[in-house]
Amino acid sequence: QLDRGCALHTAARAGLSSVSSQDVPAQKPRVVFHTSESDPAKHTEQHEGRLYNIPLEEVKAVFPHGLPHRFQQQIRTFNEARVMVRQPALELLAYLKGSNLAHPAVRYVIYGERGTGKTMTLCHVVHYCSRQGWLVLHIPDAHLWVKNCKELLQSSYKKDRLDQPLQASVWLKNFKSSNERFLQEIKTQKKYMWGKQESTEEGRPLGEVVEQGLARVRSATDAVGVVLREIKQQSHRGSFRLLVAVDGVNALWGRTTLRKEDKSPVSPEELTLVHNLRKMLRNDWSGGAIVTTLSQTGSLFKPSSAYTPQELLGKEGFDALDPFVPIPVPNYSPREFESCYGYYLERKWLQHEKAHTEDGKAELQFLSGSNPRQLDRLAGPL
Amino acid sequence: TLRLIFTTTAVQRKNVGASGPEKYTEAFIKKQIEEFNLGKRHLANMMGEDPETFTQEDIDRAIAYLFPSGLFDKRARPMMKHPTEIFPEQRKIQWGEDGRPFHFLFYTGKQSYYSLMHDTYEKLLNVQKHQDQLIAQDLPLQREKRNLAGSRWLTKIELEEMLLEKVSDDDYSRFIQLLQKLVALPCAEIEEKYIQKFSKEVPAQLQKVVIEPLQYDERGVAFSTGEGKRKTASATAIVYDNGTGKITVNGIDILHYFPVLQDREQLLFPFQFLGRIGKHDMVCTVSGGGRSAQAGAIRLASAKALRSFVTEKEVEFMRQAGLLTVDPRVKERKKPGQEGPRRKFTWKKR
Repeated sequence: QLDRGCALHTAARAGLSSVSSQDVPAQKPRVVFHTSESDPAKHTEQHEGRLYNIPLEEVKAVFPHGLPHRFQQQIRTFNEARVMVRQPALELLAYLKGSNLAHPAVRYVIYGERGTGKTMTLCHVVHYCSRQGWLVLHIPDAHLWVKNCKELLQSSYKKDRLDQPLQASVWLKNFKSSNERFLQEIKTQKKYMWGKQESTEEGRPLGEVVEQGLARVRSATDAVGVVLREIKQQSHRGSFRLLVAVDGVNALWGRTTLRKEDKSPVSPEELTLVHNLRKMLRNDWSGGAIVTTLSQTGSLFKPSSAYTPQELLGKEGFDALDPFVPIPVPNYSPREFESCYGYYLERKWLQHEKAHTEDGKAELQFLSGSNPRQLDRLAGPL
Repeated sequence: TLRLIFTTTAVQRKNVGASGPEKYTEAFIKKQIEEFNLGKRHLANMMGEDPETFTQEDIDRAIAYLFPSGLFDKRARPMMKHPTEIFPEQRKIQWGEDGRPFHFLFYTGKQSYYSLMHDTYEKLLNVQKHQDQLIAQDLPLQREKRNLAGSRWLTKIELEEMLLEKVSDDDYSRFIQLLQKLVALPCAEIEEKYIQKFSKEVPAQLQKVVIEPLQYDERGVAFSTGEGKRKTASATAIVYDNGTGKITVNGIDILHYFPVLQDREQLLFPFQFLGRIGKHDMVCTVSGGGRSAQAGAIRLASAKALRSFVTEKEVEFMRQAGLLTVDPRVKERKKPGQEGPRRKFTWKKR
């Protein structure tokens, strides 16, 4: 079985084969649940329910910070990254392929109950776009920016806003590692002053701005703002296509847990990062797409049963994001469940004797309710 | 207080001392019966019913209505019954005015026991004589076995109540042996009536739980209902056939209603036991109790509903697995002088 795994690895690395090879049935006929198509561009309904492999170097390059924690653990355990091709992702990819880039950017909101795979869908789309050569602006979890922030600085740019140097510098580092070549190509169009002495001239590559932000942590937030503004202005020129991928977008319009020094609560508009990101999410630019995910898990002050856009975004967020294309993500269909179960079996993740039987499978399906997260947690101790 | 024993000049005793339970005279009992009947008529009048047709059940209902009581023990609540049920039967005085006892076996000490043995042995001799007659006439002996499986002999306590005197273990066993000997004889049917006085029916196996048949709803799908309780939570479950294994509780999916794995495992148990995990749909309603109690109640309700879908042997397996038994554990009451049901206050040496 390990040999077959290696064979798939090499096949994936070898190139983009347009023929999806089927798993050679070994001792007994098994449901096919792997595919050697590692390019999301070629994924169609035929591949639905199957897992495709992402080579590990690509994982490091494309997703420095985007994948869910448990999935990263799984990658480390299994030594490979396998993402399931599911119907919502296919739908989104179809929209993206057919979208007209001259029009203003279309907004897509992925929503669903807890643990159904919204973040994974987003990562699938991000992978596709990075393969296609888009500039990917991936914010892993907007909730990280509105809670548990240790340092808040008063912004030097505008007096009533607050900076978050730590989060901004972390994000800049990841952004740099994922989009190296774009940073050399894009040039600034204005002169920016960082404090009294330093400044960036017009026409310098964006990489310098990022370096500046990383070097001087105090101005990291402003660096982020500059990067966002430049990218937005230049995207409609057509030299590159922009994908804005935000996970947990409902954080931008909710409440924060942060407080100012005088113990008054901070509203999201007062945070520079949030303010700039909101500007990105408005569809007044063209040449790309905006894909966002709602997330209840990290959200603040929202009931745990809320999962529709209206409830999680609130009135303000809904109006700001309106109009958008909603994409619901359901639990596993029976086909998808079988392929996930088969994958765990093949990687010898399920060690319990009963897990190999049909009854065990039915039990797992019942107990997890075909919810991907529940299945993952259930299969863990087994 | 009733001290009554009617004493005669011949038998005059001084202070007898504590002479056991109080003895009631016949006159006293008669007076109680009259008072009871009068009270019954008054009660019927009060309740607005006909005094002539006022039965004991009506009396019980009337008393429960007029004197409501929250006591748990039924015997501690106010009751109004015929005096013969309330005052235990007591032996009347066994000797006459001249001091001469009525019964000929009085001086044996256990007069009723010995007279009983005497009568039974007489019956035995009767049967043997009848048997000899039949053999002499060369007629076939009737052989009809009594149904021994459904009957049992009187217990020692019941015998004591019947004879109104103490019976020792040895005496009791001798009596039972005599009865068995009598029954073993072939022509014992003659004395059947006498033997029936000392045997009782055992109702044990006669109760059987009736399994309801399947019902069919408009679409033609078979379904059955079941109810279950566990520790203040009560649940009703409707199990449909030809399903996909979806379960809804109070209109909410089980993944959302029971986020804890343990509760979902409880729900899974009956289906997994029968091997029918993906075959049935279920719609339940549950109220009361906490999360674990509700899960247990639904489990019992679904097991009861599944009985209709399944063979009798599997029902027996389920019963042995404990899926069909009501869990009797409830919260134990707190006792005074203790902090909880079992926990005592912290013991301080001084």
